[in-house]
Amino acid sequence: MSKRHIVVDPITRIEGHLRIEAVIDENNTIVDAYSSSTMFRGIETILQGRDPRDCGLLAMRICGVCTGTHYQRSIEAVEDAFDITIPKNARIVRNLIQGALYVHDHLVHFYHLHALDFVDVVSALSADPAKTAEEARKWAGVAGVSPYTDGESEFKAIQERVAKFVKQGRLGIFGNGYWGNKHYKLTPEQNLIGVAHYLQALDIQRDLAKMQAIFGGKNPHPQSIVVGGVTCVQDIQNPARIALFKQLLSDGTKFVKQAYLPDVYMAGTMYADEATDSKATFTELIGGKGVGGTGGGLLNYMSYGDFRLDDTGFYKAKTLFPSGIVYGGDLSKVEAVDHEKIAEDVTHSWYEGSEPLHPYNGQTIPKYTGLDKRDDGIAYLKTGEKYSWIKTPIYNDTRVEVGPLARMIVGVASKDERITKYVTNFLKRGNLPVSVLFSTVGRTAGRAIETELMADVMMEWVDELAANAAAGDLRTWTEFDFDQVSVKTKGMGLAEAPRGSLGHWVRVENGKVANYQAVVPSTWNAGPRDYKGRMGAYEASLIGTKVADPEQPLEIIRTIHSFDPCIACAVHVVDTKGKSLGVYKLDSQCSI
Amino acid sequence: MAERIDGVRKLFTSKSARVDTNRGDLYYQQLFDTCRARLDALREQPAVNRLDFDSLLTDEGQDRREFMKWVSAVTAMLMLPPMFTPLVAEAAELMNRLPVVWLELQDCAGNSEALLRSDGPKIDEIVLDIISLEFHESLMAPSGHQAEKQLEDAMEHFKGNYLLFVEGSIPVGAGRDWCTIGASGETFLDHLNRVAENAAAVVAVGACATFGGIPAAAPNPTGAVGVMDVVKGKPVINIPACPANPANMVGVVLHYALTGQVPELDSLLRPKFAFGYRIHDNCERRAHFDAGEYVEEWGDEGAKNNFCLYKMGCKGPMTFNNCSIVRYNEGVNWPIGVGRGCIGCSEPDFWDKYAYERPMANANIKAPTGGVEKTVDQFGLGLLTAAGIGIGIHAVASAVAGKREEGGEG
Repeated sequence: MSKRHIVVDPITRIEGHLRIEAVIDENNTIVDAYSSSTMFRGIETILQGRDPRDCGLLAMRICGVCTGTHYQRSIEAVEDAFDITIPKNARIVRNLIQGALYVHDHLVHFYHLHALDFVDVVSALSADPAKTAEEARKWAGVAGVSPYTDGESEFKAIQERVAKFVKQGRLGIFGNGYWGNKHYKLTPEQNLIGVAHYLQALDIQRDLAKMQAIFGGKNPHPQSIVVGGVTCVQDIQNPARIALFKQLLSDGTKFVKQAYLPDVYMAGTMYADEATDSKATFTELIGGKGVGGTGGGLLNYMSYGDFRLDDTGFYKAKTLFPSGIVYGGDLSKVEAVDHEKIAEDVTHSWYEGSEPLHPYNGQTIPKYTGLDKRDDGIAYLKTGEKYSWIKTPIYNDTRVEVGPLARMIVGVASKDERITKYVTNFLKRGNLPVSVLFSTVGRTAGRAIETELMADVMMEWVDELAANAAAGDLRTWTEFDFDQVSVKTKGMGLAEAPRGSLGHWVRVENGKVANYQAVVPSTWNAGPRDYKGRMGAYEASLIGTKVADPEQPLEIIRTIHSFDPCIACAVHVVDTKGKSLGVYKLDSQCSI
Repeated sequence: MAERIDGVRKLFTSKSARVDTNRGDLYYQQLFDTCRARLDALREQPAVNRLDFDSLLTDEGQDRREFMKWVSAVTAMLMLPPMFTPLVAEAAELMNRLPVVWLELQDCAGNSEALLRSDGPKIDEIVLDIISLEFHESLMAPSGHQAEKQLEDAMEHFKGNYLLFVEGSIPVGAGRDWCTIGASGETFLDHLNRVAENAAAVVAVGACATFGGIPAAAPNPTGAVGVMDVVKGKPVINIPACPANPANMVGVVLHYALTGQVPELDSLLRPKFAFGYRIHDNCERRAHFDAGEYVEEWGDEGAKNNFCLYKMGCKGPMTFNNCSIVRYNEGVNWPIGVGRGCIGCSEPDFWDKYAYERPMANANIKAPTGGVEKTVDQFGLGLLTAAGIGIGIHAVASAVAGKREEGGEG
């Protein structure tokens, strides 16, 4: 039987521009997939020749979503090169800025970038508000809390607000969604809970962003981190600022525990079929070990580790998230990460290069070979050649997945007490086996577990900061002699972003940047095939997924969104044999 | 919130705004008539059902008084006399007729994120009650061809009437074909031109869309430029900064709804209501500048006492923006508040000229009011004269010293 290509372009509710081409067989099951980023800016090239102290501000603009993470990694790469250990206050402030981002970013991702893959907004209009309140209590009960939104009247008011909006005639951002697709599985009441929390989370995220602004000056793109420490000394010593931070964190935590986690239980249970190992085709195609469900993908998970808990310096301090690698979903073993084994391959990326290179030696020389434009108005990736602006990171000659789920899995495999406790609690409350984590739904659950952990631990940190300042320690910066340390050196900033392992590598010569390379989470996950033809995490995760309606490839965007992509995307379904696609209605509609 | 709005109103209407806010009764009467006609025309538009704002306010548990307070603050922010307040209120009610298309090109989504942080009005009010956000890749529900269709529909349905917001720069040089969007592989350049063609006006938000931003920083590998270098024959409004302040985005939307015209712009197409004065003019650390008290290194005694950051590279004296008044994240903080100087992100080429951790004494800068180039030294002297305070010798001296150290930079 002939195979068909599905084209989804653009994939929205992500950051950036990404394109995916997927091939489905006669049963609408995805048998092949290609991931491609279609935007190039060349920031690594722009950083060359600049003063290393200025890199942080520029490198931060790689992304306005994981804003501040690139900033910190870039500054740390320079600090590593200059062998600077920052003061305690600076370490805690940076942890708080990053931690605030984790909670903020995960919440925005779940509700505003991902929820509409699970929640049918139109269906919510026919919900019974009284039953909705009952349903909300039920799922809050699973999480062991009282519901964030309680009471019939509150749900009724929200439903009426949405109904009024719909009656105005233009649905705006909700227009033309996949509403009514049979792979939406929530009841109208559950959908109303989702819509209510979507709207409430818009308020909550604004408050969570303020936490970053307290010590960072603004969000997005904070500005208080400098090589050697931080600048926000007046905010550290101001009890009102500390109190505001705690208040915002406390309010945000309430929403995380009483809305976010219950909603993940609700969605996870209703979509449980997709999280369990019922897809023989999936294991056959990937060669996995029989764990996980739809969207499991590579099953190799890596974390660089992040959030230093003491002041012994880079790569020596104990970290909140341990670093390590778990292969094949096997939680009984964890390997240490050796940064020497990281390499980037450009076989299928639009760059010059012939072999995988370590980032210290990495190059960013564009070699664009274009798309295969056909008569039907659609352009296809030249998948046998180069087809993405994303490079292909390889660890120890293996493709790995990074992200919150990877951090949870590495944490559990490393027998980290705190992480194991949060993961175990989550699974116990939901009465779930650990194998559910190895799936699209599990990736979303991993993010929720991490959000709760992060919110709790930040409260400890802010108290630690306040106590340290109150005891008279206001040191925020470590002095260094720029002229001396910047003659010839190199350093790396390797840690985690909300989306996964993120590293910046810098070589400095005579006070200027000689080479700069960043390998970001979405590079690990969204990278194209490698030199051996092996798939990246996005590509692998789509294999074996059944698409209910190729006209509305909801399942594709659901799985891609579960990674929280930080690129602009596009997904395509095309003919493997290169046949004209004009015969398929969906293809002709895909062209702009 | 209310205190901040009052503060904003005072500052916007004060003389420090350096914008001609008293242009005579005749001018304002004519503008008033234009607005009146515009709003009447909007009201007549059959496109969508009219929003019943009174009942909406009641439903939302807000009262009219609160709303009017917000309206009067917005009127002041737009630098219009109080007689315009009822018109602004009316514009706010009619704004659900203002369709908005938001494109992302060579961007980092920072401006989209900033829009999410909008507090006056809040983002849910913006999306549900105020504008019709027809297309926005980061927020919209549909993907793929359904998303494309949504855009096509909006372009057709609101032909000539939608506001086009653009985030991100456009490669027109070597990288012209490197950035594509959609199944057909349309270049960013073609995409922008096509969507801009039937827009009423184009609003470039953020440093990248206005002046090229970071992709255009040297050596500009893709040949990136801002919207105004691409879109011709169409009003273009620039709201620079990295990211743009959501208050300024909303200000432009309101002004457009009210008047059907772009707000008064400076020579760089920036609305004067937001970019009519320097960061330095209203900086909370200004008194320390005048007193010659500076932070000399990160974390020193000066830093602990909130001294002026000029010697740590603050570009506030040469940067036109309202951050020092509006601030960020509901006024919680701003860069100078956290002890890091302004990086000049609302000025063209700031990545190559301003964003250094050192003072820049010899940068050429344009004053928005007349397009006259001045150096920092001249600015410093001008400011001192204007303020009538004679103590900033220290700053000028350090600016000159900085010039020597920096050699030919800038």
